Amino acid sequence: MTENLDVLRQGIASGRLKTDELVLNMGPQHPSTHGVLRLELVLDGEIVVKIIPSMGYLHRCFEKHAEAMTYPQVVPYTDRMDYLAAMNNNHGYALAVERLLGIEVPERVEYIRVIMAELQRIASHLVAIGTFGMDVGAFTPFLYCFRDREYILDIFERTCGARLLYNYIWVGGLSHDVHDGFERDVADFIRKFRPTVTEVNNLLNYNKIFIERTAHVGVLPADVAVSYGCSGPMLRGSGVDWDLRRDDPYSIYDRFDWNVIVGDGAAGTLGDCWDRHMVRVGEMEESCRIIEQALESFPAAGDIAEAIPKRIRPPKGEIYTRVENPRGELGYYLISDGSANPFRLKVRGPSFVNLSVIDEISRGHLIADLVAILGSIDIVLGEVDR
Amino acid sequence: MESLLQSFFGDNILTLLLYCSLPLVFLLLYALLAILGEVKVSAWMQDRLGPMRTGPYGIIQPIADVLKLLQKEDITPANADKFLFNLAPYLSFMSAYAALAVIPFSSQYVGADLNLGLFYLLAISSLNVAAIMMAGWASNNKYSLYGSMRAVAQIVSYEVPAAMVLVIVVMFIGSLNLQDIIIAQSGPFWNWIVFGGPKQDVMLASGHTLDASWTNLIFFPLFLGTFVMYYISGLAETNRTPFDIPEAESELVSGYHTEYSGMKFAMFFMSEYANMFIVSAVTAILFFGGWNSPFGVYLGDAFDAPWLVAVEQFGWLVLKGLFFVFMMIWIRWTLPRLRVDQLMYMCWKVLIPFSFGVALLVGFLVVIL
Repeated sequence: MTENLDVLRQGIASGRLKTDELVLNMGPQHPSTHGVLRLELVLDGEIVVKIIPSMGYLHRCFEKHAEAMTYPQVVPYTDRMDYLAAMNNNHGYALAVERLLGIEVPERVEYIRVIMAELQRIASHLVAIGTFGMDVGAFTPFLYCFRDREYILDIFERTCGARLLYNYIWVGGLSHDVHDGFERDVADFIRKFRPTVTEVNNLLNYNKIFIERTAHVGVLPADVAVSYGCSGPMLRGSGVDWDLRRDDPYSIYDRFDWNVIVGDGAAGTLGDCWDRHMVRVGEMEESCRIIEQALESFPAAGDIAEAIPKRIRPPKGEIYTRVENPRGELGYYLISDGSANPFRLKVRGPSFVNLSVIDEISRGHLIADLVAILGSIDIVLGEVDR
Repeated sequence: MESLLQSFFGDNILTLLLYCSLPLVFLLLYALLAILGEVKVSAWMQDRLGPMRTGPYGIIQPIADVLKLLQKEDITPANADKFLFNLAPYLSFMSAYAALAVIPFSSQYVGADLNLGLFYLLAISSLNVAAIMMAGWASNNKYSLYGSMRAVAQIVSYEVPAAMVLVIVVMFIGSLNLQDIIIAQSGPFWNWIVFGGPKQDVMLASGHTLDASWTNLIFFPLFLGTFVMYYISGLAETNRTPFDIPEAESELVSGYHTEYSGMKFAMFFMSEYANMFIVSAVTAILFFGGWNSPFGVYLGDAFDAPWLVAVEQFGWLVLKGLFFVFMMIWIRWTLPRLRVDQLMYMCWKVLIPFSFGVALLVGFLVVIL
């Protein structure tokens, strides 16, 4: 199938086919730019010659805002960056401030944080998998994914009252203790959730058309991925075995037995859209395993608020803390001047960095492939623009 | 049917108009049903309820949809070619409606009993391409243009295998008249073409006798393949998933009808649904016996009521047609979309060679048997 395209490309390159370029504006209001991303496409017929992404439609000056806020007040702002992974964002920020302050949080808090972060990872991957299916034209798996995401959001709602932006993981602790029956709810969810993975595998991931659409498309070689600073499923899809939860352990991730899912190019070339997609599918199961182990050794009782400082004034200094978000490495670079407000807070957003590679891997593909590639990068515009 | 109307209203222009508008009545009712079917079937497949607020179980949702579309502002973009822009949706609907003229709804009702019925069907449904091209070009929108270019390339390509498949059936029956093709399949379901065609001699409407015997069973695998090929081409010609590339939502917003609103959009929508039914009805006529009862007997015959037979025949055709419409909906909500080059590959490198191969084989068998 690709040889047809090669013939076309040869014809264009040799000048036998006279073609002219066309500029197509895709977004910020377009069904598959996942928000308000705008891509200026230079097209040769249906073939993408060049992509100029323009961002900033959702810029909210988060980093500057943070300078005017006290440390705990920044937490709700972190929710709004990657709004599909608010728990993970909270977690990363809390860790950064805690390390700056030198606080140890209670065992129970660590367990709750890890369970919440992994549930959030599953929820976020479900959205990524569903919308990726929708980008290539399969609508039904999207709704199956959203159905199961609802169960997770229900658990979050019961614990902290919010379904999307939680403001749950605070510096030194949590906003609330978990609700009664939390462990049972989570165990129930995992039991209900596992068949969905099989269902989505049957319906979408091993579908012949789906594989045709995603294999060999948007191939991101490992060295390119590393040089662009890609992280998360984007990097692992290219076969790089790198996960901060294992390689730079934070919280209590080193206590659990789980695998880092790495793309293997089973359906096409290593680092294609299908690999990135399947890394996410595999990671959901690994998250389930982490949650199950965490539930087994879950401390029955404990005060979740005992380590929350009354007054947060970190000593002068700076710190870079990174956590493995569903989309990759989320880094907080925090400078303290000893006052109650951060002097500077710089966020390294995985979506932004991952998006930067799109021009490189989409050139020469068709418009339809570009949509698939954009879907497989799985960006959240709230984080790209911050 | 015509004589029935004439007995009521006399032989005048009113009767003729009434006769011609019967398919329109059917089409409107069918479109309401199909819209409801689409939303409800997709909802059930996706673990949802679908519309529930408009009437019991949401059954009047399609009427609400139509009312909404009627009330919408009818926008013509400032830079559009106004004449072509306004003409396109009606041309598109016209081609779909005109195709219904040769569909035999029962042994008693066919709009125009043309001897070149299938040929007419192919020709008139190709007009839709012109309408799509007009819409895409006149909208003066790059997305519309891309959509219409894709649509034209797709529909024109898939007409080749579709026409080849029709040739296979025509070669076997020896008539282009759709009534003849249906009559050739009369009797129980094993006489349907998909099961190898008639098993004993049949007298066609034209007076020509079709010689047949149980040896026709060797056509069974060939015609089964032919049916699958026709259905795939039909899906592509009606721009349904997995071939909905011209209106690929995630890429082209909604393709050639991006700029249309209100009733003009509804016209495109209607013509898409009408085309779905036409493809399904032609599938039923060519391969599944058309209006023939699968049991070979009619309730009307038992009660000695010829009108009941006609009604039953109508029911069977519509039932078969709706079944294939349901299949289209089913496929749409199950499969992802192909890419434009894969679509062309499928057509030119798979369907066309196969349809030619089957045509050659069937032609050879028809001659020697």
